[in-house]
Amino acid sequence: MSSRPELKAPPEIFYDDVEARKYTYSSRIIEIQAKLSERALELLALPNDGVPRLLLDIGCGSGLSGETLSENGHQWIGLDISLSMLDIALEREAEGDLLLKDMGQGLGLRSGVIDGAISISAVQWLCNADKSSHEPRLRLKAFFGSLYRCLARGARAVFQVYPESLAQRELILSSAMRAGFAGGVVVDYPHSSKSRKEYLVLTCGPPSINTELPKAKLEDEESCSDDESSGEEENQTVCIADRHRPRKKQKTTKKGKGREWVLKKKEQMRRKGNAVPLDTRYTARKRKARF
Amino acid sequence: MRLLTHNMLLSNIKGVTNGFPLLIEVEKVIEKPVDFNPDFLKNMFLKADWKALVDASRSLGYAELPEETPESSAIDSDDFLRKFHHALLELHLEEGALVCPETERKFPVTKGIPNMLLHEDEV
Repeated sequence: MSSRPELKAPPEIFYDDVEARKYTYSSRIIEIQAKLSERALELLALPNDGVPRLLLDIGCGSGLSGETLSENGHQWIGLDISLSMLDIALEREAEGDLLLKDMGQGLGLRSGVIDGAISISAVQWLCNADKSSHEPRLRLKAFFGSLYRCLARGARAVFQVYPESLAQRELILSSAMRAGFAGGVVVDYPHSSKSRKEYLVLTCGPPSINTELPKAKLEDEESCSDDESSGEEENQTVCIADRHRPRKKQKTTKKGKGREWVLKKKEQMRRKGNAVPLDTRYTARKRKARF
Repeated sequence: MRLLTHNMLLSNIKGVTNGFPLLIEVEKVIEKPVDFNPDFLKNMFLKADWKALVDASRSLGYAELPEETPESSAIDSDDFLRKFHHALLELHLEEGALVCPETERKFPVTKGIPNMLLHEDEV
């Protein structure tokens, strides 16, 4: 997979006019963003009463995600750090108000006024220290603190993120917890490296029935190509409302892949249709070290 | 930028204790029609800071909103809701600036987008 944009340049530089246009007018990206936004809106679990809400679109970019919010009848305020992306949002006549803003500097919104917040593929940018004066932890703190304040009681924030690593995801989660949020991560299609999507669902206020995590999406009947899942957890939703300490990194003790694992893999290959030798008593036999 | 957003924004420059509301310097205002939705307006009426909204709408040239904070019964009046709707959602500040009430620092507004980026020393 091509290298991550976050490693190339800070967002306001990476998303210049050319890149912003490429991003926005790629039909693939439009489709993906629409799907992600729909799902995020679903996870916001707004009351189904037909009353439009005031929502926040954090890292709204060129307004692709905001369009989904408008289509669902809501009013929204979008913020983004890249003027090029916002210019395109203007071109596309985004219905929400746009702000040129750096989320790591704090949101600057009054207390308790926002009914819900979504962010599509944006929050992970906070974890990079792009300028010498940036300290990611401080920026995450400013962001989550101000977000917690401006959300109304019982409101949720849903972030679709692409964390670079487990450590990065932990950093984001722990910053959110420290700001007072409860919630967890919903992982859709966890076993497919292509379709897998992570949503951080955060709730304001004390844990109650309201903060129960929504059901994650599992793969449907047609199994998507299975990548090597070496001991990936079966649970798709991680509830961390009562955690007291950050969870340890998953240890994958690969003390040799046993016979069982080899047989399982061969079965998978057969199902795919590959030519696989028969299973005999020699399968996965211990070979000499020289092998 | 509509007054809906202006009513939520505050200045979070370092050292500022009360950065709300931001003062408005007007250069260009336009009006864009928006669908009237009483449910949304009733919801917003509870959240809006009335004085900030009235002052802001006056600086944008709309003087129909009453100065005193209306009673909660006011939202039953269609006439009132229409004025509220117009002020909140249909007036756009296209060019101008938002000014921090304490430091007088200006946040320029171009093409309807306020530039709220803080300088290094303001964070």
